[in-house]
Amino acid sequence: MIRLSGLRLVGVLGALVAVLVIVALVALATGPSGVGVGDVMALLRGESIDPAARDILLAVRLPRLVLGLLVGAALATAGAVFQALLRNPLADPFVLGISGGAALAGIGVLALGGVVAISPRVVPIAAFGGGLVATALLYWIAGGRGRSSPTGLLLTGVVFNAFASAGIVFLASVAGFFEGSRIFLWLIGHLSAVDVDAAGLVAASVVLGLGVACLLARSLNLLALGDETAAHLGVPVEAHRRWLLLATSLMVGAAVAVSGLIGFVGLIVPHALRLVIGSDHRLLVPATALAGASFLVLSDTVARTLLDGRELPVGAVTALVGGPLFIFLLRRAQARGPLA
Amino acid sequence: MSAASRGGKGRAHATSPRDAGAARVAGERLGFAGVAVQIGERTLLEGVDFTVAPGEVVALAGRNGAGKTTLLRIASGERAADAGRVRLGDDDVARLSRRALARRVALVPQDLHVPFPFRVGELVLMGRAPHQPLIGLESERDVELARAALERLGIADLADRPVTTLSGGERQLVLVARALVQEPGLLLLDEPTAFLDLRHRVEVLREVRAFARAGGSALVVSHDLSLAARTCDRIVLLGGGGIVGQGPPDHVLRPETLRAAFGIDVRTFAGPDGAMVVVPDLGAGG
Repeated sequence: MIRLSGLRLVGVLGALVAVLVIVALVALATGPSGVGVGDVMALLRGESIDPAARDILLAVRLPRLVLGLLVGAALATAGAVFQALLRNPLADPFVLGISGGAALAGIGVLALGGVVAISPRVVPIAAFGGGLVATALLYWIAGGRGRSSPTGLLLTGVVFNAFASAGIVFLASVAGFFEGSRIFLWLIGHLSAVDVDAAGLVAASVVLGLGVACLLARSLNLLALGDETAAHLGVPVEAHRRWLLLATSLMVGAAVAVSGLIGFVGLIVPHALRLVIGSDHRLLVPATALAGASFLVLSDTVARTLLDGRELPVGAVTALVGGPLFIFLLRRAQARGPLA
Repeated sequence: MSAASRGGKGRAHATSPRDAGAARVAGERLGFAGVAVQIGERTLLEGVDFTVAPGEVVALAGRNGAGKTTLLRIASGERAADAGRVRLGDDDVARLSRRALARRVALVPQDLHVPFPFRVGELVLMGRAPHQPLIGLESERDVELARAALERLGIADLADRPVTTLSGGERQLVLVARALVQEPGLLLLDEPTAFLDLRHRVEVLREVRAFARAGGSALVVSHDLSLAARTCDRIVLLGGGGIVGQGPPDHVLRPETLRAAFGIDVRTFAGPDGAMVVVPDLGAGG
């Protein structure tokens, strides 16, 4: 009988950590400046290297790497949690419009920053609030409590996203301090503007959110079977759901505040992992965080190098992978039975 | 059939060598006293009084919408009664925590939609959740319990199959296995045999009997009155906003009582095994 043994848990997570380390090294060693593997290795060994190369590695690539890890882990984990809570394998913070809500609130604060002085640290907090409001609205509109129809949820998300995108463009235009390309970066999602000021707050949010999701992973297994079943098996449904929604909103808010609307990470990563390691959230949640981090860093490395000398926003890469996958999953779900 | 044969009837019908070594179950007494159920403005049920004692299997029957499933939900703590009290042993069900209740009461729902491809073994092991700490893995004993339950229900070969690939009947057997693994004192079953073939019906009801013989108590919602007459010690028949009859099957399964519950004419007679058989009177003679 297949079961989650300690050996399997350690084995899978260990392998994913190894993948993450390799991906991180590749990301550090890749870039247009000619600083490569040799410099990374020398730096790791503690040898002295060219100060310019050292600056590129530590001041440019490393912060971007760390940001990518955090955002990838946050978005992927949030996807896995939303899928279980909404009992819908197509759920993802971007598809559901949670990221849109967070981005709108974040932009709102930034726009307000043109009028009154606001610390950039406030942006993640506002984005968290926006994500939370979007989550609450989603539950309210779509009927919530896991009974909502999948089509209703997805439609609500589409409308949310359209509204949020329009709101972002509107606010940025009114505030007048965003040049067009920066709005574009927010809307498509990017890792190129590393805000060191907010990094600590983002890291804390992601660690906190991940901690809650891992702690309540067994409840996620039961909640994925529906509220009634979870309750019959002893889960304090309301309390645990509230904690999980807070945790995911926190993670999504933090991720969106620094990277904008990177889509489909929460759809692609948990889905691919389920095929390989199964559906037990005690393994799936931490594995999703690790794989999500690897996936986004890898996507960003591709985005940085695909077009020689020019940078793609990473959100374009994830959407190019995720869009077709979403359509494929939707088609398959429809083939198995009416979605509504 | 005579009243004298009633006490041991279920036991006689369900003798099985498989449960000879079954562990004792600390059975729970379930007591409904003056329970009323409101659906919006409408009073669905009123003055519901009945008990399920340890060692007893009680059937809950009545027409669609009579409130059978609602009473199970109240017994499982999912819904509160609008009046009256529901007790589990000495405790008020409404005052027990979800976790405390889940250690004492297991519910087998009519069906379960599982959106993710959990394996059958994983789903059955989830029945251990109320006994486990918040984080951690299953113990050897948990796994043994799950394996034994799957074997007793004849579905050990399904253990590694994704739940999403099972038929409705197979899923029902898995849900019964999960409830047994929960090690409850009271088992609530909502039409556990609706999707099952004859053989698996008997298997499930035999497990329920074995559970009661080991000391557990069981409340089974059933539409199959003839099968209930063979497997249950007592029948509680709902109708007209309350209980129209309760007692041993041969006492409740009478044409006049059934007419009060279902509003149609039925014929009842003793089958070759002495237990009642209920067939609708389709009124060939008008």
